[in-house]
Amino acid sequence: MSYLKIQSLNLSVKNKILVRDLNLVISSHERWGLLGRNGAGKTTLLHSIIGIRNYNYGSIQINGKEVSNLTRSDIATRVGILFQQGLDTLPTTVFETVMLGRHPHVQSVLRDDPQDIEIALAALQDLNLNGLEERQVDTLSGGERQRLALAMLITQMPQFYLLDEPSNHLDVANQVQLLGHLQKRVSQQSASLLMATHDINLAARFCDNIVLLMKNGEYLSGRNEDILTEENLSRAYDCPVRSLRAEGFTLHYPY
Amino acid sequence: MLLVITGASILLSLLSGSVELNLLQLTSELFRPQDQLIHQVLWEIRIPRTLAAFTTGGLLALSGVIMQVLLRNPLADPYILGISGGSAVGALSAILLGLSGFWLNNAAFVGALFSVFLVFGIANKFGRWSVTRILLTGVIVSAGWGAVINILLTTSSNNNVQSMLFWLMGDLSQSVIGLTHGLLLLIGLLGGLYVSRSLNVLARGELVAMSLGVNIDALRLFLYFTASVFTATAVTVAGSVGFVGLVIPHMLRLLGARDHRILLPCSILLGGSFLVIADSIARTVIAPQQLPVGVITAIIGVPSFIIILRSTITK
Repeated sequence: MSYLKIQSLNLSVKNKILVRDLNLVISSHERWGLLGRNGAGKTTLLHSIIGIRNYNYGSIQINGKEVSNLTRSDIATRVGILFQQGLDTLPTTVFETVMLGRHPHVQSVLRDDPQDIEIALAALQDLNLNGLEERQVDTLSGGERQRLALAMLITQMPQFYLLDEPSNHLDVANQVQLLGHLQKRVSQQSASLLMATHDINLAARFCDNIVLLMKNGEYLSGRNEDILTEENLSRAYDCPVRSLRAEGFTLHYPY
Repeated sequence: MLLVITGASILLSLLSGSVELNLLQLTSELFRPQDQLIHQVLWEIRIPRTLAAFTTGGLLALSGVIMQVLLRNPLADPYILGISGGSAVGALSAILLGLSGFWLNNAAFVGALFSVFLVFGIANKFGRWSVTRILLTGVIVSAGWGAVINILLTTSSNNNVQSMLFWLMGDLSQSVIGLTHGLLLLIGLLGGLYVSRSLNVLARGELVAMSLGVNIDALRLFLYFTASVFTATAVTVAGSVGFVGLVIPHMLRLLGARDHRILLPCSILLGGSFLVIADSIARTVIAPQQLPVGVITAIIGVPSFIIILRSTITK
């Protein structure tokens, strides 16, 4: 049973407090949505969890161990992240990129384990990128690149999937299909997921729990249907938000 | 394939020169000396010079690969940190003082390392490592060295200027090569292969590298200083030979060697062979006079790079 435990965490950027006294426990099989306005601290929180950003006060524990005491490779075998944007300055192919997801797990310095290759090819298959293995990454479309980044994350096989704007560049069909796929992965591997997004409806559809970052470092967290109310969302986004129930879905839209 | 090229280039280098040899002569003279003169030419001039060219080319190409990944900039080359400028100022000052050989080399090496630490110190003064700041600092420091070089050139006597120009363009005729240089190249290869997987990850960006478990602070320091030592050594042996460190890695990437586990050894082989060939040409085209090898690297490097670039784009 793996868990992520955040206790009285404060996050600030250049002396501006983003999040104050955050307490959160994410356990296996749970899927959390992270919502809030631009600059509310969503990305900052995700980066703090994987230890690439220092937090000044509070504690983040992965399976009982403080993140700041873990080595990079310790973290990488447990937590994987999909970044908001990738950098592709030097040429590379789809297959080479997806294989990098195995980096935290590889044993041999020079040889590629056949099992790692199998995992990588399976991930490409899952994201409908099979057949593109030898393509140069810079010739891919925005949506293909986003799927490649997701394939790399899946190849990493972490216990915690952190996603920063996973729906970027994806059409509605791909959004629903890929998040559905991730949902399946999370439950099969007893993993958990935390995704930062601007798409309230996507979060409502795929996450059972929500963290909603408000102004002045406040936040709300809890079950999806308790948090995503007209009143909470309007307050968080500084803009009237209405909700509509239809055909088993609740739709949230700015008014 | 590359091994064949390497072998062929070394053979070419041994055969060509002011005393032309054929294959038969070469093999017989190498092992059973008949002609004292040829034997001497081979063992005391050609073999050391060929080794010097190969080692220098290999070190430069290796350092070029590392710098391009470290700074994640395709325009990065071994001299981006002002190493060539720093060593040039060292070497030119030595020439001005009438020093040569050992002291000239030491002055170049010290100048190179001084520049490396200067750039590192300035760029890191304000806390966090930033690729942009390193690049900018490197470019600015190089410009500063350039000014000093021009001062030295314009105020020197004609006689000195000639040897200064040769040094600046890269020249193997004064090279002294030792076992240490070869060992350094070997260590560079092994060390490079050891971190080659991490290089693959770092090439995709620092955030990605960190999230995949690479301890990038340690890796960057390691890369920064190993690449610097390689370049400083190469510059000390042969002056600032341009082009090899920038273009050889790109040629290989275009030809499909993007994985650093393959790219690093291939760079050494191709960089080394390239400089060996260039040097053979440099000392034969207008023999008995010699051209600076740095001129030849550009003259044959530019068209061959363009050909590879065009043929891979149309694919």
